[in-house]
Amino acid sequence: MNNFPQLPVSSWIDKFVDWLAGFEGFFNAITNFVGGIINGFQWVFDLLPIWLFMVIVVGGTYWLNRKTKHWGLISFEIVGLLYIWNQGFWRDMTQTLTLVLTSSLIALIIGVPLGIWMAKSKIFEAINKPILDFMQTMPAFVYLIPAVAFFGIGMVPGVIASVIFAMPPTVRMTNLGIRQVPADLIEAADSYGSTGWQKLFKVQLPLAKSTLMAGVNQSMMLSLSMVVIASMIGAMGLGNKVYFAVGRNDAGGGFAAGLAIVILAIILDRITQAINRSRIPKS
Amino acid sequence: MTAKLQVQHLTKIFGRRIPKAQELLKAGKSKADILKSVGATVGVTDANFEVNDGEIFVIMGLSGSGKSTMIRMINRLIEPTSGHVLIDGQDLTSLGKKQLLEVRRKKMSMVFQNFALFPNRTIIDNTAYGLEIQGVDRDTRLSKAHDALELVGLDGYDDQYPTQLSGGMQQRVGLARALANDSQILLMDEAFSALDPLNRKDMQNELLDLQENLHKTIVFISHDLNEALRIGDRIMIMRDGQVVQTGTPEEILTQPANEYVERFIEDVDRTKVLTASNVMIRPNIVNIDKDGPRIAMRRMLENEISSVYVVNNKREFVGTVDASHAMDLIKQKITKLDSVVQKNVPTTGPDTPITTIMEQISQTPIPYAVVDDQKHLLGIIIRGAVLGAISGNEVSEDE
Repeated sequence: MNNFPQLPVSSWIDKFVDWLAGFEGFFNAITNFVGGIINGFQWVFDLLPIWLFMVIVVGGTYWLNRKTKHWGLISFEIVGLLYIWNQGFWRDMTQTLTLVLTSSLIALIIGVPLGIWMAKSKIFEAINKPILDFMQTMPAFVYLIPAVAFFGIGMVPGVIASVIFAMPPTVRMTNLGIRQVPADLIEAADSYGSTGWQKLFKVQLPLAKSTLMAGVNQSMMLSLSMVVIASMIGAMGLGNKVYFAVGRNDAGGGFAAGLAIVILAIILDRITQAINRSRIPKS
Repeated sequence: MTAKLQVQHLTKIFGRRIPKAQELLKAGKSKADILKSVGATVGVTDANFEVNDGEIFVIMGLSGSGKSTMIRMINRLIEPTSGHVLIDGQDLTSLGKKQLLEVRRKKMSMVFQNFALFPNRTIIDNTAYGLEIQGVDRDTRLSKAHDALELVGLDGYDDQYPTQLSGGMQQRVGLARALANDSQILLMDEAFSALDPLNRKDMQNELLDLQENLHKTIVFISHDLNEALRIGDRIMIMRDGQVVQTGTPEEILTQPANEYVERFIEDVDRTKVLTASNVMIRPNIVNIDKDGPRIAMRRMLENEISSVYVVNNKREFVGTVDASHAMDLIKQKITKLDSVVQKNVPTTGPDTPITTIMEQISQTPIPYAVVDDQKHLLGIIIRGAVLGAISGNEVSEDE
């Protein structure tokens, strides 16, 4: 083993990253696009007065759960949002929310078509599975390094790193959901002369919806777990507060901001689950 | 009669090394030999048949006989390995993707064993599915779907979801979905096999009633010989992917082509094994604790019968009431049936072999009541049904 020289893996990857960085125009376009989405969300959140934001969240939750009336959840939301406001984390919270929503949206836009493709093609599925495993298990910190090289400092590389880390569940669950559609329903759709697109939009996607949405929910939670990591490359928000608290050995400040992340996570989780709840009666 | 559908030399081989398997098949090797030597599974071997316009053609065989593969090759849900399928003389096996879609949309509709209704769509939207994908506008397709639902006796369920309906009703929707398309050929894949015996019988009757007016060309898959004999104009028996015999029910019964068919139809002589529950039919009942003579009269008029069966609140069998007695009560303004119930009705258990009660049944004018240990009324046996069952024309539970 000693006779065998060490493989220069790291220098290969450096060269590859340098080579990729040459496509400046391409990465600038992505930066502008993602930056546009971020600014859009942030603009809306900055525009909304705090009371209106709370009314929308609480009212939305009430409406989504109008059958079951989750009073517990609704009071949790009110208390939680008041806490965030009281601690002076409001703008940080909206920044984190922007980061999470942007990366979830991009994960959805890229992930769902990839999942559909995987469901339709065995070869593509075989190629893609190890890539998804790689994306999900590679320590998330590692993505930060090339992200800075390509996209600079700030929210955009944070979003990109979150997308890479958080997208796999959406892809996987879309694939799974479509593959789980019973074979006789596919036969029925085919036997009546559905085209591939009709089958996809009228049968497969509607029936895969709840599985797919479970994937989106997972992606959202994973991108929330990225907020602290993303703050290391300059993404603003609650993660930033936590990161600073670590630097200053400030346990109190760390927990105060951490609690705000937990509150945000629970609200996002419950709302996406409520959206996903089926309107079709079970037998 | 003209042939609506022609199947010529249709063969399906699943798996690898198909050309080699085809060679072996031509050389006359058996299905098992081919599986052993090249690892390919033969689904259907060189099937030839014609289905006439307006005919119910039953393909019958046990599981693994290739009947499901056969029906799926007709609309190319399964791509044939070789051979031809012709509809009105047009060869489907040579059609391109677009033309095939057109044929599936316009010329044939399929009904599935487990209904295959879309759980996310309402009943009316399920029924209109075929029209929807053809791009028919909403008003037209909904009104056509509504007509189809009415035809199968499912009025007023438009906005329900499939899970809210019973199995029999779900399959009615499946049938309505096929009828809404207005295609001439219906492919029915074990369409009634998932239903309980009484429901199955109802659906068979309904299909025959519909067929009288609609004159569709129906290819019906079944593993139940009684069903095949009952609804088929002609029957094709398959075994191990091969067609064993094709003929009218009469021909199959009187001139079985070989031992296999003989063994099959032996089952039809069921007097030895038929039990009361196999031949009973659904009675018209009134509840003595709830219904009075007017309800009883009404039920008799509705069903054009002269007596009804009486049960109590616990569904226990009490007796019968006939029309003249019910009329008397109405004239005397008595609202309770108790005084006129006739209790000397012959009863029997559901597991009683028909042979043991056959003579009594043919001698008593009143149908036998079939009751279980708890005295619950399960059904009644009428003379006609027994004779029908013995001659193989009545469905019985045989799974």
